[in-house]
Amino acid sequence: MQITSPAFKENARRALSDAQLQKALGHVRSGFIDKRQYAVEALPEFDALRDSARAIKDHTLAHLDLYLEAYEEKVKKAGGYVHWAETAADARNVILEICRAAGARTVTKGKSMITEEIGLNEFLEKEGVRPVETDLGEYIIQLRGEHPSHIIAPAVHLTRDQVEADFRRAHDHLPVARDLSEPESLLGEARRVLRYQYFQADVGITGANFLVAETGSSIIVTNEGNGDLTQILPRVHVVVASIEKIVPTLEDVSQILRLLARSATGQDMSVYTTLSTGPRRPGDPDGPDEYHVVLVDNGRSSMLGTEFQDMLRCIRCGACMNHCPVYHAVGGHAYGWVYPGPMGAVLTPSLVGVDKAGHLPNASTFCGRCEAVCPMRIPLPKMMRHWREREFSRGLNPATQRYGLRAWAMFARRPKLYRLASSFGIPLLSFFKGRKGSFRYLPLAGGWTRHREMPAPEGRTFMQQWRDRDAQKQEARA
Amino acid sequence: MSGREAILNKVRAAIGTAPEDAARAKIVKKRLANPPVGVIPARGQLPEEERVALFCLMAAKVSATVERVRKPGDVPKTVAAYLRSRNLPASVRMGADERLETMPWKALKSLEVKHGPATADDEVGVSHAIAGVAETGTVVLHSGGANPTTVNFLPEHHIVVVDAKEIAGDLESVFARLRQTFGKGKMPRTVNLITGPSRSGDIEQKLLLGAHGPRALHLIVVDGG
Ligand code: SF4
Repeated sequence: MQITSPAFKENARRALSDAQLQKALGHVRSGFIDKRQYAVEALPEFDALRDSARAIKDHTLAHLDLYLEAYEEKVKKAGGYVHWAETAADARNVILEICRAAGARTVTKGKSMITEEIGLNEFLEKEGVRPVETDLGEYIIQLRGEHPSHIIAPAVHLTRDQVEADFRRAHDHLPVARDLSEPESLLGEARRVLRYQYFQADVGITGANFLVAETGSSIIVTNEGNGDLTQILPRVHVVVASIEKIVPTLEDVSQILRLLARSATGQDMSVYTTLSTGPRRPGDPDGPDEYHVVLVDNGRSSMLGTEFQDMLRCIRCGACMNHCPVYHAVGGHAYGWVYPGPMGAVLTPSLVGVDKAGHLPNASTFCGRCEAVCPMRIPLPKMMRHWREREFSRGLNPATQRYGLRAWAMFARRPKLYRLASSFGIPLLSFFKGRKGSFRYLPLAGGWTRHREMPAPEGRTFMQQWRDRDAQKQEARA
Repeated sequence: MSGREAILNKVRAAIGTAPEDAARAKIVKKRLANPPVGVIPARGQLPEEERVALFCLMAAKVSATVERVRKPGDVPKTVAAYLRSRNLPASVRMGADERLETMPWKALKSLEVKHGPATADDEVGVSHAIAGVAETGTVVLHSGGANPTTVNFLPEHHIVVVDAKEIAGDLESVFARLRQTFGKGKMPRTVNLITGPSRSGDIEQKLLLGAHGPRALHLIVVDGG
């Protein structure tokens, strides 16, 4: 897909004044946060599981080459094929070849972020193979010619009214007078329309939440059941997965599964967790005759061994964006590529380059909620800072912002001077103070405050307050 | 150079290792041979009766309906009663699972039992689970000659029979059992962990049952199974 991340600021401005979008985004705040909270509180072992899951992924990444080889061997033993794709283009070509060999004209697709990342749909269409998205949210945005705005709720930016209008436009073979006023009727219509597609398709393409080295299984985790129909009805099943989806064993999968659904939707377990291993066995009454796995690197190996390696632990649960005030304000499309929110702000510069996505790590209030809820304990704010440092050292930010921040750094390294300047500075800064105790504009840091509000100091400097606090403590002890 | 070699070389270079590092290979081999068990929630670690009760509770919480019967022979009439209570035609689709096969279906003259993979027209599918997971109210099914996977997804109503004694406290116990049944590192083509009926929250985050899979999941727990 086309990257519009360089235009993040314009995208965000447009999003903020889009009334439909703002209405729809209210559902992110109300729909995810409480549910996750209840599910997490009901499991006392949640934090211990987070530690366990982090250790599993760190171990796997440290031995990734070996687990990939072990996994490949198992897939082959089960009668499946493994294809290795270094780049997005390699992956697209392999998938097209498989479709061509199967004589496919229609392929059904389960929800998969990696196929968004490699731009599979546009490519297949151009090559004469029709992709049909079957996840309800994905289906809706495909009808609209859009891309997902959320990694687990692709159509979260839309309202029911918009979906009704799209269905009326796209399903024009159905009676005009039908009642589509309830979400139930929209779901029912999508179900009936897509039923037919599953049986038409020659190839079914799914992603994978996990690839298990121990057994050579790919695992999808879904609620609708569309991924399963996608992979059992067509003659050929293609799994597209990036290399960091590998986990060693079924025990390891069990650990991470307990985090995934709780963090994503507040469920203890998603409705369907399906393990697929190879093609249909002799005597099996159904299932695909061919089973292919396309292992995609597309930039992951370049993150290994760097300060961004931790990002490879991500299980794409979406909790970080569900809890992000910036995401709540502007939605997913403003981020301009496949992955929005905090995880996108870290991943996108890694995958498409910081020159194109440099705004994203800046689109953060550093409130730290993303890291607090990330089940894989990924230090998202720290990694956004790494990107800012890199961007800064490469001279990619506007000059005034650089001078302003450099002046601040000069003071910060000289405590005495800083103390002196800031005791003058606070009364001075109150000139610029807005009504709500925050700054709308700071001299020399306009590049920063134009898009953020900076909290205004409460009368005394932090250091003065700290000293007073210490003194009080001493008194209390005496 | 093939994509495979290119990727593996990049990974090795990033990790800083050579392909023939024996110590690393040993660590990986050991983990695959003896998977360490991680954190198991206390929730499901209960004596059998309470475990089964928890399973029923958790399944109901995710909108499955649950019924308990005394013995396998009671299953067909329970299925027939379910169909009547929902005004469904007296017809079910099932594979040839031997646990289902030995049940007295023939005794119910009016009930049609169709065997083989499901079609788009089937309204009700019946399967036998190999296990349940109390922790989450999950049933575990697998594919095989006698167990078509389509039965689990195409019909609007899915009825799953599970033996009370096969209900485990946690997921790890079920995977350990699969390993015993199929052999280490081997799996049937498909293993389905199913937790409640199909649903979607994709329109305004409003949760709706019956997306692409079954609208209703009815569990029959057989106590003396
Ligand atoms: S970064 Fe963490 S919270 Fe965000 S999607 Fe990935 S695993 Fe989930």
